[in-house]
Amino acid sequence: MSTADGDLLHTVNVDTISASRIRLGRTLLWASVALMFLTFGVQALFETGVTPFGFDTWRPVLFTYCLWAFALCMSRVMIYGEQGKKALFVLPAVLFVLSMVVFPLVFGLWISFSDWNLSSLTGRKFNGLDNFRQMLSDPFYWNALYNMLIYVAAIIVEYAIAFGLALLLNADIRARKFWRVTFLLPLMLSPVAVSWMVGKSMLEIRFGPLSRFAKWLGWEQPSFFGSPEIAKLTIMIMDAWTFIPFMMIMLLAGLQAMPKEVLEAAEVDGASRWQRFWEVTFPLMLPVSITAVMIRIIFKLKLADIIINVTSGGPGGATDSVTSFIFREYRDRSNVGYGTLLAMVYLVLIVIFMTVLLKIADWLVRRATGAR
Amino acid sequence: MAMTATAHGSDDYDRRQRLRWWTMRIVVYALLIAWAVICIFPIYWTLTTSFKIAPDVMKGNLVPWYDYVPKWLGWRSLGLSPDTIFSTSTVREEFTKRFFNSVIISTAASALAVILGSLAAYGLSRFSFRFGFMRNSDISFFFLSQLILPPVVLALPFLVLYKELALLDTRIGMIAIYTLMVLPIVIWIMKDQFAAVPVELEEAALVDGLSIWGAFLRIIVPLVLPGMVAAFILSLVLCWNEYFFAALLTSTDAKTLPVMIASQTGSQGINWWSMAALSAAGILPLIFIGVLLEKHIVKGMTAGAVK
Repeated sequence: MSTADGDLLHTVNVDTISASRIRLGRTLLWASVALMFLTFGVQALFETGVTPFGFDTWRPVLFTYCLWAFALCMSRVMIYGEQGKKALFVLPAVLFVLSMVVFPLVFGLWISFSDWNLSSLTGRKFNGLDNFRQMLSDPFYWNALYNMLIYVAAIIVEYAIAFGLALLLNADIRARKFWRVTFLLPLMLSPVAVSWMVGKSMLEIRFGPLSRFAKWLGWEQPSFFGSPEIAKLTIMIMDAWTFIPFMMIMLLAGLQAMPKEVLEAAEVDGASRWQRFWEVTFPLMLPVSITAVMIRIIFKLKLADIIINVTSGGPGGATDSVTSFIFREYRDRSNVGYGTLLAMVYLVLIVIFMTVLLKIADWLVRRATGAR
Repeated sequence: MAMTATAHGSDDYDRRQRLRWWTMRIVVYALLIAWAVICIFPIYWTLTTSFKIAPDVMKGNLVPWYDYVPKWLGWRSLGLSPDTIFSTSTVREEFTKRFFNSVIISTAASALAVILGSLAAYGLSRFSFRFGFMRNSDISFFFLSQLILPPVVLALPFLVLYKELALLDTRIGMIAIYTLMVLPIVIWIMKDQFAAVPVELEEAALVDGLSIWGAFLRIIVPLVLPGMVAAFILSLVLCWNEYFFAALLTSTDAKTLPVMIASQTGSQGINWWSMAALSAAGILPLIFIGVLLEKHIVKGMTAGAVK
């Protein structure tokens, strides 16, 4: 990695780098590369049974990788001087993310075309497109994807509630800080504790306060996880409860940053409260709203903890999210191959979905700002 | 609103205005109280249940001292009640181990993410890089796009890789994964922070003879420290609550508190009082953080969202 011209922060480079320093830097870098490949080769040959000597685990390879990363950073400074020191800002994070994301992703692609039961001794077996075929005929996976669509659609309701709460907090009220802290609390709580104390305890049919409240309201036999629709709704409500504060805080920040003059002008012009909201506040809030909803969608697509702990997908897979389904698939059969393929397909679908969504959002913002 | 108070007409108008104003007040505060109850009640239920005994739970008693007598049963089963706190207790040892696992993993991961993320965000906001075909905006997008990546995609590859690297069920492994999880959020927050600092400050520092890193550490870091704290707190909350990776990748040594809470099912049903005590112990630190450091959390969440 090297820095190009056009830095925001210009520096004058006066340092002269001696040829021997550059040579030393190069040597260091290539020595570390050689060491890394050497350990990798030794270990790979040992694992495949070609050579009798090697290490117990792959950990030494990891150490040499870290050594290489360190040598790379060092050599930047040794070879490029001040320019290299600039690269040092970004390089650690890039190396970290590359090794933690790109490498596992490629590795995951390799796993996903195999039948690999971690608990059996036979190890990995390449099975081509078998996993893919199995996925196409797996009703539970498609069901989980369908559930995700419904869960994501529920964000519209969450958004409406969050907007309402943000408007409330932005109104002329006393003790605003107290209300804001209170409303923020659900976001702090661990989803696991929430799913046990709310999902299992408060919704307990015999003694749970919410069940008794439902009985008092006239629901004869309250059961929150009995039928598929109600179970799905319960999961949605619990998830909404934890994440509404998140959208609320972002929308509140948007409301507070809004220019007061515009609203006052609308009021002077005789716009009613309702008109003022739909014609002024809402369009002005559109960019913030879209950011909040997008981030919320990203978090929603990861939804798993509550489902795993409360219903573990039941009844009959009605509440399954993709993540909880794959989690269970792995727990039950400890087959990493099939689970990884499902996750990979999910990733591809998410990328397509988010790209389309971003385009639509872009178009919405442009239309809203262009119309005014 | 009436500028001049004249005859009966405006008096009537005034009264109607005031009535409307009062109804609005009442509606606003009623809604606020209603939502506050929705937010607080589950926490209240967790805390009160941890002081109940079996019959109280079964009867669904709500108010301590009024319809049941608080007992230390739940906390005693954790070894944390006043009469057991000084005696040895295996459950308490287990609990403290999990608790400190959570503390160590989440603080270390957050600190690492803040360091890596701040450096990267600063570099990206001040210098232009070329990395193959990637320019600054591409590198930024590369970091932020990690946010979309669902954990389940990485989970099983990590399981296999960690097994081979002997990192399964170790704190180091969990720290690495949590750092990865919160890094895009930290970069998102810090980019916003650095963009707000004028470049002239560093230019002056460079003229005065500081190096780039010297200017960064001595001029910029103190300026953006509030933003770094916000990013740190937000990461801390996310790491503390994480369950999915912890459930897959830890078993005995590095198990975190959420995994311990999730695995509390006895043979004869659930002991709600001890479950509640455990949950309360798990959420109380975050409630404290939430109440005391609310400003920072809000700052972290709204950075970059509002221009």
